[in-house]
Amino acid sequence: MALLEVRDLGVSFATPDGTVNAVNGVNFTLDKGETLGIVGESGSGKSQLSFAIMGLLAKNGRATGSVMFDGREILNAPPHVINPIRANKIAMVFQDPMTSLNPYMRVADQMAEVLIHHKGMGKSEAVQEAVHMLDAVKIPDAKGRVGLYPHEFSGGMRQRVMIAMSLLCRPELLIADEPTTALDVTVQAQIMTLLADLQRDFGMATILITHDLGVVAGFCEDVLVLYGGQVMEQSPVDPLFQTPTHPYTRGLLRAIPRVDHEGEDLDSIPGSPPNMTNAPRGCPFAPRCDFAADDCRDHLAALTEFAPDRWRACNRTLEELA
Amino acid sequence: MLSYIAKRLAIAVPTLLLLIIISFLLMHAAPGGPFTQERALPPQVLANLEAKYGLDQPLWRQMANYVWGIVAHFDFGPSFIYKDRTVNEIIAQGFPVTLTYGSLSFALAVLVGVSLGVAAAIRHNTWLDYLAVGVSIGAQVLPNFVMAPILVLVFTLWLRWLPGGGWEGGEWQYIIMPVVALSTSFMASIARITRSSMLEVLNSNHIRTARAKGLPERKVILRHALKPAMLPVISYLGPAFVTMITGSVVVDIYFSTGGIGKAFVDSALNRDYAVMMGVTILVGALTILFNLVVDILYAWIDPKIRY
Repeated sequence: MALLEVRDLGVSFATPDGTVNAVNGVNFTLDKGETLGIVGESGSGKSQLSFAIMGLLAKNGRATGSVMFDGREILNAPPHVINPIRANKIAMVFQDPMTSLNPYMRVADQMAEVLIHHKGMGKSEAVQEAVHMLDAVKIPDAKGRVGLYPHEFSGGMRQRVMIAMSLLCRPELLIADEPTTALDVTVQAQIMTLLADLQRDFGMATILITHDLGVVAGFCEDVLVLYGGQVMEQSPVDPLFQTPTHPYTRGLLRAIPRVDHEGEDLDSIPGSPPNMTNAPRGCPFAPRCDFAADDCRDHLAALTEFAPDRWRACNRTLEELA
Repeated sequence: MLSYIAKRLAIAVPTLLLLIIISFLLMHAAPGGPFTQERALPPQVLANLEAKYGLDQPLWRQMANYVWGIVAHFDFGPSFIYKDRTVNEIIAQGFPVTLTYGSLSFALAVLVGVSLGVAAAIRHNTWLDYLAVGVSIGAQVLPNFVMAPILVLVFTLWLRWLPGGGWEGGEWQYIIMPVVALSTSFMASIARITRSSMLEVLNSNHIRTARAKGLPERKVILRHALKPAMLPVISYLGPAFVTMITGSVVVDIYFSTGGIGKAFVDSALNRDYAVMMGVTILVGALTILFNLVVDILYAWIDPKIRY
């Protein structure tokens, strides 16, 4: 049985301007210890996808479909079902470590709280365990700093605290939502190395949400490319990088800056992501796609498996794109 | 922290002095005086009276004498109108009354206002939210001079449950209506501030983290949301507390409670300079004190604030 099985997951929001479909029909499965990257631009729905799994959507959000964790339905689950899973079985690292930690509580209290709640530990035992975990994420002098407040840590250190906090209960699944976006480039690399080490040591399945295909290449086994709330391409990492089969994926790959191409202009995908309040009827990428034809503005082909384990949603055939 | 408090208290001295000077000048700039009456006093009598109270001296001299009296003997002078009473006596008699019903009003307003605001925020856009908003708007548009007669009408004249006025040393039957009348509009403001601040906090990232920890909603609210949501409320509560414990002329008149609220207004109407100055200084000193308390509470809640 797969650890996480996501079937036809959709997320929509009721807004004063009408319903916004943020995510449509996402499917994937994740086995124990597997790593999946979800890639997309801002507004592609990738964060909302993870919030839906954790039941953390905003009040006007609605999730449809099914999310099975360890064989139990957790999508839209009531508190007594989802709360024992949160942080305990599925933990989450958020995008912005500056605001995602509680600024009014000592790190020791924020971390200990998780263990006291889920593991029934006493306060001092929980703090001790928190110190161990801060050691594990390589925070120097963890024992001396566990009593500090979040603002007394740098951005990178705060994200380490956030990661340490998410690992306290040894979760089976870690969802990391753009864990390095808010950090300096040098710190980004440190955090990703740390995450990769921890993922290996703890053997937990991981969903990495990012807009950076480069990060995915080094970290994930599978990739899911999201655009305008739709899955464009879904594939193991290596073949995707070798032979991307979707115009959008190709655009993304071309837009990765490369040191060995110094001096050349950086490629970018012209245009901007669709406004989801009135999303285009056909393929959401059609307005920015070099290969778009009339039928693309009308409908988008369903996600189909064109090679073992490789899926794409595009009206153009592989030959047409060649 | 201690040196900060000492510094703030030291700054309070020139602040109070400035307050004294400005109110003193404003008071004397107003036409008339304590002995102005419909039937003018004979000039000789007036001159004697003014000489007795030192009103014949130049203004700077009067002010200096006044400040010296306070600093040297903590003496705020005699009342100009009630010949046998000093300002200290008038305040000592009236302030405990307003302090009693003011503190109780404050406690009631905070308790009900905060609960109402939190409940409305948690149940945002439900009937409970609309009810709480409705109640607080209702309470807001019922100032104490409207609340007081309504209360008297219902509880004294119709139901005959409570006495319509008096104080009787603070018997509970006499306290209820002043407390309710004074607290309603404050309660409404507190509820509105709490609600909007709580809504903002509940949408913040660290609350999402708290939820992702699998904590029950009750713990998310109590442990993670309440403290930051209280910050704007506390900055409102400092001045509100001073306003409430220094009483309300409406409450004092309506319920004949004998607090300093009425004494203050009477002194202004009668040009009872000494009483007017005494109450002004009292309110000023309390305002300075409770602004300091608010700042200390801020530092206690928000670890980023350090003095």
